[in-house]
Amino acid sequence: MASSLRGDTADRLRLNENLLATSGQWFKNARLAAAERVESQGLPQRRDEYWGYTQPDAFLQKKIDFDVDLNSPLELFSKELSEVINYKNGILQEKKLPAIPGCSVESLSDAATLDNHWAGTVFGKLEAVGQIPVQRSLAALNTATASQGLLILVTGKVKKPIRINAVCEGTSDTIIHHIIKVERGANVTLIETGQYGARANVVLEVEVEGDGTFNHIRMQNGHEHNALTHIFGRIGTNSTFKSFTLTSGGRLTRNECILDLVGDSSRVSVAGACIGDEKFHHDDTVFVTHNAANCESRQVFKKVLRDGSVGVFQGKILVKAGAQKTDGYQISQSLLLDDNSQFLAKPELEIYADDVVCSHGSTSGAIDEEALFYLRSRGVPKAKAIDLLTLSFIAEAIQEVESPELADALLAHVTAVLEVR
Amino acid sequence: MLEIKNLHVQLEEEDKKILKGVNLSLDPGKVHAIMGPNGSGKSTLSYVLSGKKGYEVTSGSAHLEGNDLLVMDPEERAAAGLFLAFQYPVEIPGVGNMTFLRSAVNSQRKLRGEPEMTAGDFLKAVRDKAKHLKIDSDMLKRPVNVGFSGGEKKRNEILQMAMLEPKMCILDETDSGLDVDAMKLVAEGVNALRDKKRTFLVITHYQRLLDHIKPDIVHIMAAGRIIKSGGPELALEVENNGYAKLLEESS
Ligand SMILES: Nc1ncnc2c1ncn2[C@@H]1O[C@H](COP(=O)(O)OP(=O)(O)OP(=O)(O)O)[C@@H](O)[C@H]1O
Ligand SMILES: [Mg+2]
Repeated sequence: MASSLRGDTADRLRLNENLLATSGQWFKNARLAAAERVESQGLPQRRDEYWGYTQPDAFLQKKIDFDVDLNSPLELFSKELSEVINYKNGILQEKKLPAIPGCSVESLSDAATLDNHWAGTVFGKLEAVGQIPVQRSLAALNTATASQGLLILVTGKVKKPIRINAVCEGTSDTIIHHIIKVERGANVTLIETGQYGARANVVLEVEVEGDGTFNHIRMQNGHEHNALTHIFGRIGTNSTFKSFTLTSGGRLTRNECILDLVGDSSRVSVAGACIGDEKFHHDDTVFVTHNAANCESRQVFKKVLRDGSVGVFQGKILVKAGAQKTDGYQISQSLLLDDNSQFLAKPELEIYADDVVCSHGSTSGAIDEEALFYLRSRGVPKAKAIDLLTLSFIAEAIQEVESPELADALLAHVTAVLEVR
Repeated sequence: MLEIKNLHVQLEEEDKKILKGVNLSLDPGKVHAIMGPNGSGKSTLSYVLSGKKGYEVTSGSAHLEGNDLLVMDPEERAAAGLFLAFQYPVEIPGVGNMTFLRSAVNSQRKLRGEPEMTAGDFLKAVRDKAKHLKIDSDMLKRPVNVGFSGGEKKRNEILQMAMLEPKMCILDETDSGLDVDAMKLVAEGVNALRDKKRTFLVITHYQRLLDHIKPDIVHIMAAGRIIKSGGPELALEVENNGYAKLLEESS
């Protein structure tokens, strides 16, 4: 991947020098280490193995030329159901962050000036681990340059989901880095809605200690944006990690999720669904490493593609020696609503333990004619029947969502999206 | 109500003729039964009438109350009053039975230019009709036909029919897979809908359904044609002697 850094990146790293002057020690260390990773690795190139289906250029070019105004017309989760924290154009809007029983929430920019912080054991650390064996330089670039994000330390059972709601306008180009640490026995649900910037590079590092639970729901429904996200998760013993992303807008989205199962008897699920037309290009790149015994991992992805849109899935399950009794599952499916759209899938299993069960599958299909006829024979018009069958297709991925209320809200959102498109 | 004249149908994909000149005239308020050996074309007839893809009508016609069915989309045929209870109802995961039913009822109303049913009225009607068919609220909430037993699927078809109130009901082997009690429920469901303006075409292999749903006229179909029509006694004859004699007579 070694390529010389382009002007834009060099600028960002120089900017970083200024930021460093005001940074406390923990933050300075993390940034410097990340900057080194970027410099030694270089930025992704089209010829790189994991950039075969999605061109990295749009995340790298200096100029972005969109002009978006984003106030999502579809309100997904009612305000009462969650603690909302607002972002606009990539900047935190809350003067005072909410006091939430069971956890503490700080802004990265505030914590950055301190010399010591609990986040020091997570920030850039999981991202660094996630660079091997596949380099993810744009995530390192994020660590090196981000000054916005939330640091959430979960110490108990947090009742209401914490929701980060982002809006953006104009041509904002944003870098966000959130840290979540779920301490032993603690439990939290994080929801992300809206969009941080017209172009956004978002990193989420999540550490789940033993007996913890982390649930994550993400809605990406921007109109014309380039979004690159990375989730790095380290999951301890007997814990649960579930992340679900619904993408119903945007032009270019790449969601990477890199999970490291380091404690025995844990369960993880990474799932997502997307619906897109025309220039929509949606890439899920997932890497789950089983480093411990008796864990279950699931990857469930559904893509609805129409009018020339492209769906990409690159998913890997790596079972290290000693990770016995691993139960790995991976399915990626596309529903192609016409002949112009395409789904590119690269499922991979790499297994070094002998007592494991791993299965993976990938399919591309059109609307089921039998089901379509059944619905139409009941008087449901063709377009509406196709919507219902699309919903049916996506619903299977939404089943991965733990909370029935949130799953219902997601289904309702998909229904609304299908109705207006 | 339904006029089928000299209907010839073959498969679109291959040169296989299935219906070879079907003639049927069904008057309002009547219950007709069709019996016939496996593969004689009974389901094909019901599919062609309701607009399933894959079949080519090479000649003949089918009119519902004077309207040419064969030029309509399946949803238009439904809105015009045609209903087919499937031999094999389709499972649709992720779509709630109620959502589906409501969408069907209101889509038909919209196509006919009638006002949609309110949520309250709809709920009341469904609950009432479901109760008679012993369909509990859990089944109503579940995804369409998913995890339903064979008998439950058939009862669900009758529930849809009861909600949609079609003029012309075609039942394709709705009795197959039903236990004795379920068959009574289904028959009661059908009988409750019988009136002077509604017509039924009941496809079945067994007399036992016709004990509960008394037909006015029985037709025998063989090799893509109606080879004999008669009163209810024709079904009894089939029950007792099979098709051999009837087939012989017609050839
Ligand atoms: N889509 C199809 N492709 C191939 N063959 C077909 C198709 N549809 C019908 N056929 C054939 O046409 C003939 C009539 O089938 P149909 O299902 O109408 O019979 P049926 O009278 O309903 O039989 P049963 O009593 O077994 O339900 C059969 O030989 C069947 O195999
Ligand atoms: Mg049949």
